[in-house]
Amino acid sequence: MTEQLTPVEIGRDRARFDGALKAEGAAPYAYDYPVEDPLYLWTVDSTIAKGRVAAIDASAAEATDGVVLVLTHDNAVRVSGDDLEYAVLQDPAVRFRGQVVAAVVATTPEVARAAAESVVVRYDQEPHSVTVRAEDLYRPEKVNAGFPTDTDTGDLDAAMASAAVTVDEGYVTARTHASPVEPHTTVATWTDADGFLVFESSQSAHGFRRVFSDVFEVPAERVRVIAPFVGGGFGSKGMPHAGAVVAMMAARALPGRPVKYAHTRRQMFRLVGYRPRAEQRVRLAADADGTLLGVGVDVVQESSVVKEYAEQSAMPARTMYAAPHRRTSHRLAALDVPVPSWMRAPGEAPGMFALESAMDELAHECGIDPIELRVLNEPAVDPDTGLPHSSRYLVRCLRAGADLFGWYHRDPRVRSRRQGPWLVGHGVAASTYPAYRQPNNTALVRFADGRYQVEIAAADIGTGAWTALNQIAADALGVPVDEVDLAIGDSALPVASVAGGSSGTASWGTAIVTAARQFREKFGSHPAEDDEVRADVPAPTVAEEFATHAHGAQFAEVHVHEDTGEIRVPRLYGVFDAGQVINPRTARSQLVGGMVMGMSMALHEDSVMDPALGHTANPDLADYHIPVNADVCDLRAEWLGIPDHRLNPMGSKGIGEIGITGTAAAIANAAFHATGVRVRELPITLDKFLG
Amino acid sequence: MEADITLRVDGEERVVTVDTRTTLLDALRDRLGVTAPKKGCDHGQCGSCTVLVDGRREVSCLSLAVAKDGAEVVTAAGLVDADGPHPVQRAFVDNDALQCGFCTPGQVCSAVGVLAEAEAGWPSAVTAPGATPELTDAEIKERMSGNLCRCGAYPGIVAAVREVAG
Repeated sequence: MTEQLTPVEIGRDRARFDGALKAEGAAPYAYDYPVEDPLYLWTVDSTIAKGRVAAIDASAAEATDGVVLVLTHDNAVRVSGDDLEYAVLQDPAVRFRGQVVAAVVATTPEVARAAAESVVVRYDQEPHSVTVRAEDLYRPEKVNAGFPTDTDTGDLDAAMASAAVTVDEGYVTARTHASPVEPHTTVATWTDADGFLVFESSQSAHGFRRVFSDVFEVPAERVRVIAPFVGGGFGSKGMPHAGAVVAMMAARALPGRPVKYAHTRRQMFRLVGYRPRAEQRVRLAADADGTLLGVGVDVVQESSVVKEYAEQSAMPARTMYAAPHRRTSHRLAALDVPVPSWMRAPGEAPGMFALESAMDELAHECGIDPIELRVLNEPAVDPDTGLPHSSRYLVRCLRAGADLFGWYHRDPRVRSRRQGPWLVGHGVAASTYPAYRQPNNTALVRFADGRYQVEIAAADIGTGAWTALNQIAADALGVPVDEVDLAIGDSALPVASVAGGSSGTASWGTAIVTAARQFREKFGSHPAEDDEVRADVPAPTVAEEFATHAHGAQFAEVHVHEDTGEIRVPRLYGVFDAGQVINPRTARSQLVGGMVMGMSMALHEDSVMDPALGHTANPDLADYHIPVNADVCDLRAEWLGIPDHRLNPMGSKGIGEIGITGTAAAIANAAFHATGVRVRELPITLDKFLG
Repeated sequence: MEADITLRVDGEERVVTVDTRTTLLDALRDRLGVTAPKKGCDHGQCGSCTVLVDGRREVSCLSLAVAKDGAEVVTAAGLVDADGPHPVQRAFVDNDALQCGFCTPGQVCSAVGVLAEAEAGWPSAVTAPGATPELTDAEIKERMSGNLCRCGAYPGIVAAVREVAG
């Protein structure tokens, strides 16, 4: 049990403190910082997917007025480490289409772009492999976040052979891109005196600093990463990618000159990671009443030759439901494609589409309500670890959501309801995401000018950290929020973990509470000027004793046009167990935003690989669809509001990612209820209801 | 090739030398240091660069600065006056119509444009033929759909615009 904060500020509905700055256009994102005499970088990207750069003719670029540097693998600074993603411009090898093969730096962006376009690259092209083939599959040593690749308990095959009811189906999730509206941007300056100063689109100032320090072999204290405002991240800005390294190479070569580089929107589809396409075979074995005997998920996923990325898509099946026979696996194919990486709820987002679709299929087969099926298979302890849950309120979420949505009026028969030409269906799915707290967080509290300065290198990527951490600090110190000055988003501040894994508020908040308590113990309630405490937080141990997860339930109403197959989602409701909510207003936006992205995954997002050219054929926001305002109708997020005292002093669970989990299944399940057509491949487009 | 142009930006006359290839957005951001409008796509697809040009909303990445010589440009920063933020900006903050904030200056300018267009009786794709448009939720969603928000703040954006429209 963690000593809990007394909620005064936390739980209070407040407008976000950085809201006015943002609405007035005054919040500086990486590119916006005024720098003296900047240079602008434009890259030259490979037009083949595999082979070698045979020759680069940059003579026209070098002869262009205003060009100060052309970087190629011949003259770029050598970098360190074995991470091939960062080994850009190190050799002539081309490992995916769109890889940076040269860069031009000039005094204006127009000159840099035109000069880059004048660079002629000749290639020795080799045949590429960009689609998964069975013979290429291999077993990774582990999957993302360090989880085991495979699990096997009991005898799933025997359970499948003997069960009264089985489901054995394949589900496909599309390749999707985080696509924050702010393209990844680096503004880097090197000076011999101070090293690197980098304004960066980053979810982790310290994490980026560590990578840059390693890659450039510069001591960490000579690298400063500044990112107080970040225009969305959703995982893609959780770690540096190649573009930042290229910009810093240019800066390193041009001491004293800031180099500005913003990815183009097209580059956002190849240089900053993406959620890889995955196929999941789901097997469920059950008694006639729906009691699960076996659960199996086998994931096949694309990865890259540059760097392995194995999304932990089978993870939810390891923990969601009780069953004695369980087996999961992950297999990859390393392809000549851009490097995949984190995107919101890696593992849980695709995994919960497959598992929760299959659960709906099982409910249909057994002829029972899909909510009752889940209630029936609620585990007493975590099926994966055997540990008790720190708290688990899935059933309460399902019941509360059912009431909010009006679920119990539903006629369970498919194609049972219509409005004019529209077939109407209701669907439900569960949501889940682990409740993490990261080690290695330090906060500083200082008293100055009658106010409390609270410092930690946290990141606010739209999550509301500027507001929530201030509220936490106020309660931890027992003062009003307006006596707290928060500083985040700068690697010069005390170390903080990434804004990722929905762990930010729990991790940084715990550090702030620890520092504030030590401050009060040491200095009492009347500190002297400049009294300060810097507190490190020990690594959490709760996961040794308890399984820690957030849960939720999402309900969708779907309309499918009988003649055209057009699909609409007029209602989407979610009820979540997120522990103690720190700020209801910003929390609601987080959950709603996750659900919007879940709806987007269900209906819109589909990065189409062109097998001949080896690249995404729709790499912009006109062809790669994300929801616009008119796509979002009656969308509501609610929560139970029960603190989990075992997790952290706030009793909170992360909320950044859970909203995207289960959404696509709820929508697919509703579409099945409307039409009788089971769509097992995302996105759910109109063609899948026709023919 | 370079050209000298004059823009009135957020109420201030600015003379600036631009490359003839410079977009209005890049002229504002790179040449004049006016960073309220953002570059999200540079293709007119996301709406983050929306500003008011001679009173009408435009995506500033799709026009060349030289073609805007003499124009009056108002960015989100210029919507703040002596009385403080524009009512649309206040409503965005109150309704949490933003998260990361990157698309927000464009959303705000677009919303101001929407209010004026509806006031002037301009129909949208969802206005019934011949009807006088009123800013219902359906009208607001339709008219604000040129501004993408990846954080998914759309319900808040609709609430904010509805609040100001009255």
